[in-house]
Order: sequence, then structure tokens, then C-alpha cells
Amino acid sequence: MSSESRGRVRARGLVRWESALVVILIAVVLFGVAESSTFWSTTTIFFGGLDIGQVAIMALPMTMIILTGEIDLSVASMLGLGCAVFGYAFEHHTGVVGAMLIALAVGAIGGALNGFLVARVGLPSIAVTIGTLTMFRGIAEILLGQSEVSGFPPSLEQIGIAPIFLHLAYPFFFFLVLAAIYGVVVHRTAFGRSLYAIGLNTEAAFFAGIRVRRTKFLLYVVSGVICAATGIIYSLQAASAIYTAGTGLELNVVAVVLFGGISIFGGRGSVIGVVLSVIIVGLTEVAFTTINISSQEQQVIFGGLLLLSVVVPNVGEVRNRIRGRVRRAAPPVSAGGGL
Amino acid sequence: MTATDTDATVITPQAPAAREHRLAATIARFRPGVIALVILVIFGLTTIRNANFATGASIQAILSIAAVYMLLAIGEAMVIITRNVDLSIGSTLGLSAFAVGELFTHDPHTSIAVAFLVGIGIGAACGALIGVITTLIRVPSLVVTLAALYVIRGFVNIIGSGIQIEPSVFPQSLVTFGYSTVIGIPWMFLIVVAVALAAAYWMYAYPAGRELYAIGSNPAAAALAGIPTTLRVFTVFVISGALAGLGGVLFDAQVATVNSTAGTGYELIVVTAVVVGGVAIFGGSGSVIGAVLGAILLQVINQALVAARISSFWDQAIAGALLLAAISFDRLLAVRAARALVAEKGVSYVE
Repeated sequence: MSSESRGRVRARGLVRWESALVVILIAVVLFGVAESSTFWSTTTIFFGGLDIGQVAIMALPMTMIILTGEIDLSVASMLGLGCAVFGYAFEHHTGVVGAMLIALAVGAIGGALNGFLVARVGLPSIAVTIGTLTMFRGIAEILLGQSEVSGFPPSLEQIGIAPIFLHLAYPFFFFLVLAAIYGVVVHRTAFGRSLYAIGLNTEAAFFAGIRVRRTKFLLYVVSGVICAATGIIYSLQAASAIYTAGTGLELNVVAVVLFGGISIFGGRGSVIGVVLSVIIVGLTEVAFTTINISSQEQQVIFGGLLLLSVVVPNVGEVRNRIRGRVRRAAPPVSAGGGL
Repeated sequence: MTATDTDATVITPQAPAAREHRLAATIARFRPGVIALVILVIFGLTTIRNANFATGASIQAILSIAAVYMLLAIGEAMVIITRNVDLSIGSTLGLSAFAVGELFTHDPHTSIAVAFLVGIGIGAACGALIGVITTLIRVPSLVVTLAALYVIRGFVNIIGSGIQIEPSVFPQSLVTFGYSTVIGIPWMFLIVVAVALAAAYWMYAYPAGRELYAIGSNPAAAALAGIPTTLRVFTVFVISGALAGLGGVLFDAQVATVNSTAGTGYELIVVTAVVVGGVAIFGGSGSVIGAVLGAILLQVINQALVAARISSFWDQAIAGALLLAAISFDRLLAVRAARALVAEKGVSYVE
């Protein structure tokens, strides 16, 4: 991707992408209001936030990891494992706080395993995390089996029923706080800049003195901890811990992050884009549910938006190519864009 | 996703590594053989615990359940070898399975040949669409096929919400085909093996097939060498889609009760099988035969746990650990081979 013109096309596309997200967000709100009298209400904010909460929280660590050009497909399984460990420990009388700490520790260990294999051993993250995706879910299954743990303190189970304040659901509030932290870290610290450097050119980042391996390792550990925390939230929200919690959400998380404008190749995108993406997806789900389009059917629109998010920034280039104006000396980096 | 290794690129020479290199190369070349051996070992161990595991009926069950995954693994292996990935296969299988079910619902007298053609055609059309978007717009296939996973599954849900296609819809001949055997081997398995052998031969002996490896090893170099990379990548997506479509019809024949969730989650199981089978996730190496054996291995483990009366809860944990072991092993071999190369040829910089 050395061609300068291509870089500029990309950059302009990205500047437009966050603006495009704002336009899409407005369109979704207008659509919701026009189609349903109940859309413009506090219940939308509460239930929308409750539904999208888990995906939203896990999207933040995923954002950082994809920024460095890696991926973590084990997030949803770590949610399940966090849920299972939390339930298992609670069942064995560790107390709620004890169970939470154990679940978070397991999250850190699982994340460290990913981080070790990716950053230290140097294995491709997509293969490693497909492996741990299966493995974490498997361990969760071994722990809980078909059984279901419930009976958490009612005060904690409130997070699935009551808003924290101003109609905001607990998971979504947690997401917003975390997003603010992520926004500052990614865009206002040297560490955050180093993520972009790693994503754009790992080798150059390494020679610039960035601790590439340590950074990647850290990101996976943080991802593990946050996903395990999401598992705890899931248990309390659903008032029961099951090993299947969050099955299949990993691809939703990746989709939300990519729709938010984070480049799958790393090094491009912003936290605000991901936040907008989360809100759009959450509101779309509420809007379609109120007009009786089931969540399964909404997948068409979701997939379409995802496709749009990668196609639009490339449209200029395609047009040029079709007109035959771009005659590059060097061929494209990868036929079909690669993985 | 870049897998560039920044550190540890300069490797110090080590003299006695040449023999290790040969051993590593041998194991790497015979990966399918290693997997086959592992399958036999698991089979033997399980039979010791439960003699019923080695009976014809049990083997038939494993082979026919594995058949659909094997079929998907063939296409996925070809796609991954070109340094792409196809996450849409589970949804494509679901669409094909459901559409063929609907076909029989509306016209019970449809011939089986037509059903197969419709299934394969639907799959090929999905694959062609993905291939066009991936190659023309040069969007990463991970993203395109992820989007396709949602779009196709959503489409299946729209046409099939709340509908369950019952076994009575399917003609008896199709359902019988799902169970019938020839010399004790399920027909379905034989078909898949034939497809696998054809694909393996094509990738081994035909220039177009060899070119898939070239594209996967170095896309830019492949294009400079005059390989029609766009056409080749497009073709493997069509093949992968068509095989998923065929898989849908086989799914109908086997399961016979179809709803809109058919094939959900197959994509990651198949990618696991392919990688366990020795196909490098970043393309350029591996074989269809290895991928197919990987799919059988996962199924054998699954069934062996049941037969050995170990809780089936262990299934997923083992499959995941197996994948990690497989890629770690490959990495080990690669590092050793690189060291040996340094020792033999005195190269000081190995990528």
C-alpha cells in the first residue's frame, strides 16, 4: 500500500466515514420516529442499551487489537468463560466479590494465553483466537455443563431491570465510561499513537523503539479481563450463569468495529467511530423490533451496512480502475485484499 | 492482519541443524499422513475402551456426519491457500438447504438431479457475488464474507422465519441417499472423497491449481509473474460457494428437518479443521487432503468422546487445544527449517 494517491483516497474516505456515520445515525433516528410512535421514548434508550451492551463493551478492546493489525475472535467465548467461572465460583460459596475476582483473573489468564501465542510465539492471531474461541467455550462447558447457576444477590440483578440513571442501562453506562477512557488512551497518549504505528508498519514501529510484543501482549490481557467482566455483567443481567452465554457474538463485535471505520489492516480508525457504530446498531435493532422485523431478519441490513463501510472508502479507486486511468507499475498488495 | 515478524529475524547459524531440517521437512510434507495416523491412534485407543466403536455402524455414522464438514473444508482450503478466507459458507449452506427444501415443498415431483443443481447453483451464485466484490473492489475477504454471512443468513431468516421443513417433504430417494451405503461406506462420503481427490489433483497437477499456491505465497509476485490473480481468486470463491451449496443438499438428505438456522456456526469449525489439517492461515501452503482429514479428525474426536464415555463437554476444549497445538507445531517446524537453512547455506537473514 505504498501508492501515495491510494493513501490519500483512503484518508479522505475515512474523514468522510465518521461524518457518514453521523448521517446514518440521524437517518436511523428519523426512520424510527416515522415508523413507530414509541421509538422516541426512554424505553428505547434503556432497552437499546441493554441489548447492545455486551457487544458494545467487547468492541472497545477489539478496537485496540484491530488497530494494531491483529484480531481477537475469542471475545465471546471469554464472555462465556467469564460467565461460567463466575457462576461456578459463586456456586462454590466464594461470595459474589470473590467470584467476580476469580472470573476476572481467569479472563487475564486467557488473555495472556492469546497474547503469549500471538506476541511471543508469533502465531497468526486469527488462527490462535479461533483456537481459543473453541477452547474457552469448551472449558466453560466443562465447568457448568448444562446446569444453570442463579440466586445472585437481588440488588446486583437490578442491572438487568433498572436503569443506573437517566434511563441508561448499566451495561451501556459501563460502555460509555470505558469508551471515554479508551478515547483518551487511544487518541491522547503516546501508547495510543503507538497502536497506530504498529498497525501501519510493525517493523517501522519496532525500529522506532515501540515495544511491539509487549504492547500486543498487554492488549490481549486487557481484552480477556474486559470480556470476562462482560460475562459477569451478562450473568447478573440475565440473573443466571450458563456456559453458552454470548455464543457467536465475536463476529458481531468485529462487524461493529469495522462498521465504525477501523481498518481491518490496522492503523486506521477512531474510537468515536466505534461509539457511533454501536449506537447506530443499537438503535437500528430497537427501530426494527418495534416494527416487527425480527432480529434475525435485521442481519441483512447489518451485513449490508458492514459491506458499505468497506466499499464506500474504495469507490473512488474502483471507478478509476474501471475507467482504466490507474495504470500502476506495481500490482496490488494482495489479490482480493487478502484476509 | 499482518503476521510480520519484527523481531527474531536474524538467526544465528547452528551446525547440526541440517538433519533436523530434513526431519522437519519430512513431517511437514506428510502432514496428511500424520493426521491420518492421529485418527488411527484415537480410533485404536477408543476401541480399547469401547469395542463398539470399531463396528461398521459406528464408522458409517462418523463418516456420514463428517461428509458435510469435509465438503466445506475442501472449498475453504482452496480459499485460504490463496490468502483469503470464506466465512460465509455456513450461511450459504443454510440458504441452499432451505431453498431446496422449499423447492420440494412447492413441487414434490422435482427430480433429485434438479435439487442438486439448484443447491449448487445457489451456492455458486453466492460465491460469485463474494468473489466479484472481493476482487473488484479489493475489500478484504474477511470483511466481505463476514458481511455475506449476515446478509445470506438474514435472507434465509426472511424467507424462512418460523418455517420448519419436515422430513416428509423430501422425496424418499433423497432421504435414502443420505443413509445408503456401498460396500459399507456411505454414498455421501464417497461423493465427498471424489470431490476431494479431484480438487487435490487439480491443485497438484494443473497450472491453474498451482497458481493458487503462488497467489497465497506472494500475491504481488504472482501478479507480476503473469498469473491472472483476480480470475483465480474469483474462481476459488465460486468453487467454495458451490461446494457449500452442494453441502446444503447433502444436509437436507442427512438431517431432513431443516429450519432457517441450518449450518449456523459451521464456518469456524471448518476453518479449524482446515488449519488443523495443515493449511497455513496466511496461504501458500497446505493441501485439500490435509484439510479433509482435519475435518474427519474433529468428527472422530467428537464421537470418540461419546464412545469412551468421557463427557462430550470436553469436545470443544480439545478441538481448540488441537488447533493451538497444530499451529504451534507448524511454527516450530518453520523455525527449525529456517535455522537449518542458515546452517546449510550460510544465509544470515531469513524472513
